[in-house]
Amino acid sequence: MRPVLDALAAAWHHPQGRIGAFILLIVAVTAIVGPWLLPDPLSQPDILIGSTPPGLGHPFGTDQLNRDILSRVVTGARVSLGVALLAVALSMTLGAAVGLVSGYLGGVVDAVLMRLVDGALAIPRLFILLLVLAVWERVPVLALILLIGATGWFATSRIVRAEVLRLREEAYVRAAEALGARRRRIIFRHLLPNVVGPLLVTATLAVGDVILLEAGLSFLGLGIQPPMPSWGGMILESKEVLVSAPWAGIFPGLAIVITVLSANLFGDALRDAVDPRSA
Amino acid sequence: MSGWVLRRALQAAVTFLVALAILFVLMRAAPGDPLLRLGGDRPISPKEIAVLRARYGLDQPVGRQLTAFLQGLVHGDLGVSIEYGRPVTALLAERLPATLLLGGSVLLLNFTVGLWLGVRQAVRRGRREDRWLTTLSLAGYAMPSFWLGLVLAWLVGIHWRLLPAAGMQDPLLSSHAGWGTRAVDVLSHLVLPVLTLSVVSIAATMRHQRSAMLEVLRLPYILTARAKGLPERDITWRHAWRNALFPVITLFGLWLPILVTGSVFVEAVFAWPGLGSLAAGAVGNRDYPLLMGTSLLVAALVVASGFATDVAYALLDPRVRLA
Amino acid sequence: MSRVLEVRDLRVSFPGPDHRRFYPVDGVTFSLERGKTMALVGESGSGKSLTSLALLQLVPSPGRIETGSVIRMGETDVLALRGEALRRIRGRRVGVIFQDPMTSLNPVFTVGDQIIEGILAHFKMPRATARERALHLLQEVGIPDPSGRLKAYPHQLSGGMRQRVMIAIALSAEPEILVADEPTTALDVTVQAQILEVLDRLQESRGMAVLLITHDLGIVAGRADRVAVMYAGQIVEEAPTARLFANPSHPYTQGLFASVPRIKGPLRRLNPIGGSIPAPTAWPSGCRFRPRCPKAFDKSELEPPLLMVEPDHQMRCWLAEEPQRSSHAVNEAIG
Repeated sequence: MRPVLDALAAAWHHPQGRIGAFILLIVAVTAIVGPWLLPDPLSQPDILIGSTPPGLGHPFGTDQLNRDILSRVVTGARVSLGVALLAVALSMTLGAAVGLVSGYLGGVVDAVLMRLVDGALAIPRLFILLLVLAVWERVPVLALILLIGATGWFATSRIVRAEVLRLREEAYVRAAEALGARRRRIIFRHLLPNVVGPLLVTATLAVGDVILLEAGLSFLGLGIQPPMPSWGGMILESKEVLVSAPWAGIFPGLAIVITVLSANLFGDALRDAVDPRSA
Repeated sequence: MSGWVLRRALQAAVTFLVALAILFVLMRAAPGDPLLRLGGDRPISPKEIAVLRARYGLDQPVGRQLTAFLQGLVHGDLGVSIEYGRPVTALLAERLPATLLLGGSVLLLNFTVGLWLGVRQAVRRGRREDRWLTTLSLAGYAMPSFWLGLVLAWLVGIHWRLLPAAGMQDPLLSSHAGWGTRAVDVLSHLVLPVLTLSVVSIAATMRHQRSAMLEVLRLPYILTARAKGLPERDITWRHAWRNALFPVITLFGLWLPILVTGSVFVEAVFAWPGLGSLAAGAVGNRDYPLLMGTSLLVAALVVASGFATDVAYALLDPRVRLA
Repeated sequence: MSRVLEVRDLRVSFPGPDHRRFYPVDGVTFSLERGKTMALVGESGSGKSLTSLALLQLVPSPGRIETGSVIRMGETDVLALRGEALRRIRGRRVGVIFQDPMTSLNPVFTVGDQIIEGILAHFKMPRATARERALHLLQEVGIPDPSGRLKAYPHQLSGGMRQRVMIAIALSAEPEILVADEPTTALDVTVQAQILEVLDRLQESRGMAVLLITHDLGIVAGRADRVAVMYAGQIVEEAPTARLFANPSHPYTQGLFASVPRIKGPLRRLNPIGGSIPAPTAWPSGCRFRPRCPKAFDKSELEPPLLMVEPDHQMRCWLAEEPQRSSHAVNEAIG
């Protein structure tokens, strides 16, 4: 835990990192608390009125179905962050597991796994997801999370594998081995503190990527399904009213930009803390 | 050197074959039956399904399907598009030029403006300009390309009426117009998609150029160059940048997927008649053969560009070239 | 005798932890006469390389030269120079040879390019003329087949050849001062002698002043006119070479001599100095050598100034004021 706390502390002392962390916290708190305080994002008070511009009752205006955009953006935050966090957690677990197995076992297993990773990295993640998700008429949220998570571990596995390989060659590992200690034990003991930093950086940056990916899928109709509000889905719906009600698409887009930017600023600060040479 | 190129080519071939296998497995192992969705709202009878299965070869064992697929691939046959009813390869060939034009322009912008900004950042490391450029480029990176596209289309195309916001050519342009007029027409259609894709992709270029440059700037030979009294401009661009360009070139292979992914959205938003909008359309229509063909082509492009950049790298670096 | 270089109270600082600056070079004063050689001797971490970089304002960021420091070359106040004026003295007034010829040459340019650009940075002449000069320089530093080597890339040359190229680059704008920062440390022993021979010959023929930076007392003898010994960012002893070798007085200098293996004379134990040089972030208070010094006494808790040992021979040690103690110490150290 020690390196994680150190990295987090260092990132907090980084000006951009602190701003990023601070905004992320606000977004997270809003996503958790907001929906209880705001009008029902699904209710359509007066569908005949349609969209109204930002004003007193609706700070972000209403969409073509007269739904409050602010509460839809806030509920969308809950959906986007939830999907992103779960998917990234899955990716990191898979990446760490494959990297560990590949680096530790080496030989044929390693060769096969890494060729698989090479091949998978040659297909942009979006295309893999499009192929699989297009099967459903309405994509279930659980499937979305699992599939986004299952397609995000390739690069992570390489990081972990490289670290295992490096550790295997370290003098102290060899020395301990010569003294009769179990190599597996040593590697596992030293691996965790060494990879936890890079993993944390990768995970933080991956959160931003996954939010963008999920928004993109929803924009193509393969992500979160209406009427559940999602940022990408809201932008898709706003396409129809681009001219008459531009605010319907602008606010969810801004929410994406702010959230992803904050995550990336924080991730960058973490990266500088973990690897000072990149600063 | 040539032995190395051969090995690298072999590796690229293996990578592509693995990618192909993954795509094939994804298509066949995906849960649910895509054919059930073909009828749209109309339910499809089991008999119709059986006919369709036979038509697409889905009634065969998986091994046979794979060999059939590979045989087709070798002959340039990727099947028939469900939506267009035409060979997938023909559609891809038709749409490729527009995407190359779009991607090439973005590439050009990235590798001029992006590299220049990255070098500036490294030279002014840690100062205000560096920090602002980082934040700005990250803000661009954080923008969904489809959202930025829609905002620009609305603002520049519809609100201000400055530039066309859709398509690649003005449909009302007289067929007798000279090639100059046509070129200007295409260019004006090109501006907004290129701008959108560049904004969302330039951060990656800048970041890598910056860190590659920082690596080089701390090497002893930079000190030598400074100690002999060279102007800073020569130190930055001749001595440092020449060396800091190599790592950026290898980045190209990693960077292409970002560009391809972005172009799916940007082409869809701006109705740009390239591969991206073809793929986006295929998603909506659940046009599997088309989706598969596009993915395969993209994978081939990614693998080929990775190979090409590695070879280019080797050719540019005298340590490798003369080894 | 005319002075070509005068350094007074040179202090170089870096930002340290807790927003406090620390001083790896902390008040260095010395001067260099035309055509003479001065050796700056010390362990790594003593601040000797940083001193040499400061001469041309080449201290790496975020380090800086403190105000109050003085560096003069003839009439030129070097620390007042900026931009183009500074560029014009780099290479032209002072040429520098760095320690590691493997990494100090740019791998993507030919040897010829790297010499020629040094010439063209300071003289207006056609490229062909500059090329002739470069050819000449390669001959001068003793590179066989110079016209062939002009087109070679650094990685195609051996370490000794690369260091000769570095010397040619340092000489390309005909400087009056040559700074050689550990010029032979990275090389094989046999090659070291050749490089030193080239340096000696060039100094003779060109009448250059040389600032030789080294940790190796062996290459100082018979080469340098004066020696300054550096420790913890300061010069701790300075004298004409013969005088310093005859009568090394600072306990640190004595320690350095005791740790040099000798070929002549009776066989004896090598006596390396115990402990290691302190980190520049925490120079000890009082005499900086005190924690390692076998002769430290009560007065060492005060920081000593440079004190006279004999005419034209000073050291930064209170023992200079107490000759009995000092000679006793010397006998002990050598015995």
